[in-house]
Amino acid sequence: MRNSTIEIGVGAFMLAGVIALLVLAINVSGLSLSQQSGGYKVYARFDNIGGLTGRAKVSLSGVTIGEVSAIRIDPKRLMAEVEMQIYDGVNYLSVDSSAQILTAGLLGEQYIGITPGFESDVLKEGSFIQDTQSALVLEDLVGKFLFDKVSK
Amino acid sequence: MLNFLQMLGGKTLARVEAFGRSGQLLVHSLIAKPTPVKMFPLLIKQLHFVGVLSLIIIVVSGLFIGMVLGLQGYTILVDYGSEQAVGQMVALSLVRELAPVVTALLFAGRAGSAVTAEIGLMKATEQLASYEMIGVDPLRRIVAPRLWAGFISLPILTAVFAVVGIWGGSLVAVDWLGIYPGSFWANMQASVSFGDDVLNGVIKSLVFGFVVIWIAVFQGYDCVPTSDGISQATTRTVVYASLAVLGLDFVLTAMMFGEI
Repeated sequence: MRNSTIEIGVGAFMLAGVIALLVLAINVSGLSLSQQSGGYKVYARFDNIGGLTGRAKVSLSGVTIGEVSAIRIDPKRLMAEVEMQIYDGVNYLSVDSSAQILTAGLLGEQYIGITPGFESDVLKEGSFIQDTQSALVLEDLVGKFLFDKVSK
Repeated sequence: MLNFLQMLGGKTLARVEAFGRSGQLLVHSLIAKPTPVKMFPLLIKQLHFVGVLSLIIIVVSGLFIGMVLGLQGYTILVDYGSEQAVGQMVALSLVRELAPVVTALLFAGRAGSAVTAEIGLMKATEQLASYEMIGVDPLRRIVAPRLWAGFISLPILTAVFAVVGIWGGSLVAVDWLGIYPGSFWANMQASVSFGDDVLNGVIKSLVFGFVVIWIAVFQGYDCVPTSDGISQATTRTVVYASLAVLGLDFVLTAMMFGEI
């Protein structure tokens, strides 16, 4: 009897470990296995991406519809080229949509906001978003403001 | 001068020798023909002693550390008007750092010292020698189950600590201080990644479990078999294990998050 209570205790202990890891995975890190894989790639070129990083979210009207999968320099145009992975169900972005780099809150992370266009053709795997707006860089802004003041 | 050099050399040699002996202990007790039928009941008994009986101190300290983190984070973040970020602060600091380190320190004090004292006393009362006399290898019978038990149970205790701590943080932040629960959990889920944060925490706890239980077992097995020697070995276990955990934590953190 004594032996079996020990075994029950150890079994419960192991189970508690597995449950704790599952809670950490699902509840704390928000891991979801369903959504990750699918999707199609869309590209956009920016003059300046500011502090944008990989895995930053891509949002439409504040709803996440994808994430940034790669950032590189386009060597011909010398501009930043951002590769975005858009989720599979999102198949209604028209080709004249525009992409902006936005900041969440005052000090928050940067993400890409998509503003939909009006064309009936939609973005597909490998297509480029033509109309882009770069990240707001504080130093540039201050510089412009000072220049305006001086020139007046 | 020569005396000093001799002392230095002797100390160094003794240290290196102890390292070698501890490596031998590890290899001899872990690498052998597996005998699951004989080993399993011993392992269960040690898991109960090392793991299950440590649960209470882990749960209580995890709860209080999580609550303190929630309270401290709230009072600082509310100055910047971003008190919703308390969720990700509590979760990240627990999962990345506090859960593995504090659990390992508590584990060294609660289970490591007990293992050292137990094995040391077995040595002092010549139980280990009598095992050898009847043809049972004490490394396999006494040391190996304890090593495995520590190695298995510390990651579990760490995960439990993190979960209880996050629950304690949410208790303070959401239920007492009135942060909107949606933003608390959503901020946490957006910033904690399973691969980078949770798994790295698990890797840390695996390393710590291995180091702490190795030190504990070796100090017990290698102690001077007197009452004085056992008390010194127990102290050394706690001190060395704590220092090793804190030092290794820096190295692991630099490798995982430091982008070196």
